[in-house]
Amino acid sequence: MQAQSEPLNAAGLRRDGLIERLSLFGLASPAMLLILVILVVPVGWLFYVSFMGADGSFSLENYERMIDRKSYRRIFGTTFQVSFLTTGLCIMIGYPLAYFMSQLPDRLANIALITVLLPFWTSLLVRTYAWLVLLQKQGLVNNWAISLGLWEEPIKMVHNMTGTLIGMVHIMLPFLILPVYGSMRAINRDLMKAASNLGAHPRRAFWDVFFPLTMPGLSAGALMVFILCLGFFVTPAVLGGGKVIMVSMKIVSNIELFVNWGAASALGVVLLVMTMIILWIASRFLKLENIAGGGH
Amino acid sequence: MNQPNTDALPITVRNVTKTYGPVYALDDVSIDVESGEFLTLLGPSGSGKTTLLMVLAGFTRPDCGSLKFGDTEVIRTPPHLRDLGMTFQSYALFPHMTVEGNVGYPLKLRKRPKAEIAERVARALDTVQLGGFGERRIDQLSGGQRQRVAVARAIVFEPRILLMDEPLSALDKKLRDQMQIELRHLHEQLGMTTVYVTHDQREALTMSDRIAVVNHGRIMQLATPRDLYERPANRFVADFIGESTFLDVTRSGDTLAWNGVPLKLGHHAVPDAPKLQLMIRPERIVLRDGPSEGFNTFDATATDVVYQGDSYLLHARLNDGSQIALRGAMRGTAALPEEGQAVTLGLAPEDTVVIDASAE
Repeated sequence: MQAQSEPLNAAGLRRDGLIERLSLFGLASPAMLLILVILVVPVGWLFYVSFMGADGSFSLENYERMIDRKSYRRIFGTTFQVSFLTTGLCIMIGYPLAYFMSQLPDRLANIALITVLLPFWTSLLVRTYAWLVLLQKQGLVNNWAISLGLWEEPIKMVHNMTGTLIGMVHIMLPFLILPVYGSMRAINRDLMKAASNLGAHPRRAFWDVFFPLTMPGLSAGALMVFILCLGFFVTPAVLGGGKVIMVSMKIVSNIELFVNWGAASALGVVLLVMTMIILWIASRFLKLENIAGGGH
Repeated sequence: MNQPNTDALPITVRNVTKTYGPVYALDDVSIDVESGEFLTLLGPSGSGKTTLLMVLAGFTRPDCGSLKFGDTEVIRTPPHLRDLGMTFQSYALFPHMTVEGNVGYPLKLRKRPKAEIAERVARALDTVQLGGFGERRIDQLSGGQRQRVAVARAIVFEPRILLMDEPLSALDKKLRDQMQIELRHLHEQLGMTTVYVTHDQREALTMSDRIAVVNHGRIMQLATPRDLYERPANRFVADFIGESTFLDVTRSGDTLAWNGVPLKLGHHAVPDAPKLQLMIRPERIVLRDGPSEGFNTFDATATDVVYQGDSYLLHARLNDGSQIALRGAMRGTAALPEEGQAVTLGLAPEDTVVIDASAE
């Protein structure tokens, strides 16, 4: 008898749906406002300042300088070199460690995980200076190595690339291990049994089955380490001893020494754009949500 | 692959023991699986059936014992050299490979030429009725299809022994019933020696040539489905397979009696044991009009009558107070007994099975 009019309760249900969506938007709006204030506005400001010349008018001189001067190119080169090497070393150390942890029984694996996470709860600065103490000429490592007869003269391990890399790897390692470990734990153990049952030697089973299944975690971890390295400041500043100059350090000196906010901002913008390009390239090959999700 | 496998291998297990601390997962197990046979390991969870399968596959290293495929001792052979087909409860399909990649993997490992791999993969997929699914990704398949891929991968390299670890437990009932028949046909078609693990007694009865009932790491009985159901060797097997009522039986000389009434027995042997029990299956005992010649009869009072569509289930109390269950077929006009009504139950001599109840 209602053939011509509205179906039963349709208008009311539609209104309920609209109200629900509006209230969800209302609940999300404080967070969105916060992101706007602390992220979008400052980055926009950075962008704006980077196009301001020394005299305060619009100018491209901050960017031209980066192309013209050799020292800038060297700084970007060093930044990428340190980032690449740190990422590579993290993979070489972190992957086997994550594998070892993933094979432990649950209780031991949890303890191992806590020891991996432990450095996170110590100040970055403290950890960096600790390396300085350990690695310096009269430091613990040199003294022990000499008394054990490993080498005769103290080796220079800080205030250079070596020290920077040691410190960087130490700090970045958990960022690699966690997603890799996550993806390893998610692998059904029957898969390795199946590979073996089908005739694969353990080494073959590892490369055919295990390794490909850890690729999402590994690439997510490596990407995160690499991107974090690009903008890293404290460790290379302390352990590099002025010999390893990365972009972040140039930004600081531009502000502190030369009070040139424009030049510093331009470096920041370039770093940001490079990071975004890397993320964009990476996103074409892997799912970026893996970075947050730890392998899944 | 479509003609029976003439060179299926027998499996000989001798004195295999596996302990985990004080627990015996396998306690001196010996078993012979005949060439081409479909043998099921049946038992409750934790009984050791899966451990035994894992020993066969080489994934569990026993403490001692011998394992032969044919005449070859393989107890110390690593799993990848055992050349067995196996399906896993979780299917264990490689998620990063296509269906074709999965099924072709064992052939790739055996370094077969590409054309041969493609042909044999296609044939194996046809065998499990998945022709044309080669390009699919694993996550695009349903549970039943994954099961079939797992089977195809296990048979594609024509192993002479096939192990299956609860392959159907993740499927819904209807699909499971269908797959049971299909796996049975597949076995008839391929003829490889098959060891199948399940905790589902009906599945075991449906599929197997013989069933080994496993409990506490020991083989409780190894027999054909029919013998297992009708002549269980002990109380555990009688309890585990099917439903039954057990009544204590006394022996005096050659006669056995329940509650003072001598029992008429069939032709099968009565076990020689200190404690005997009469095993009564609900579908073997019948309602009688009164004391009948040629039957063992029991007077009882109906306590509960349940209509179940194709049949009815009657619970009754015997004179001595013990409960007994009876299942009868439903026919159009049959009148069901009412609760509290006195009934006479009859058991034919050939259904009067006495079992050894002294040991679990």
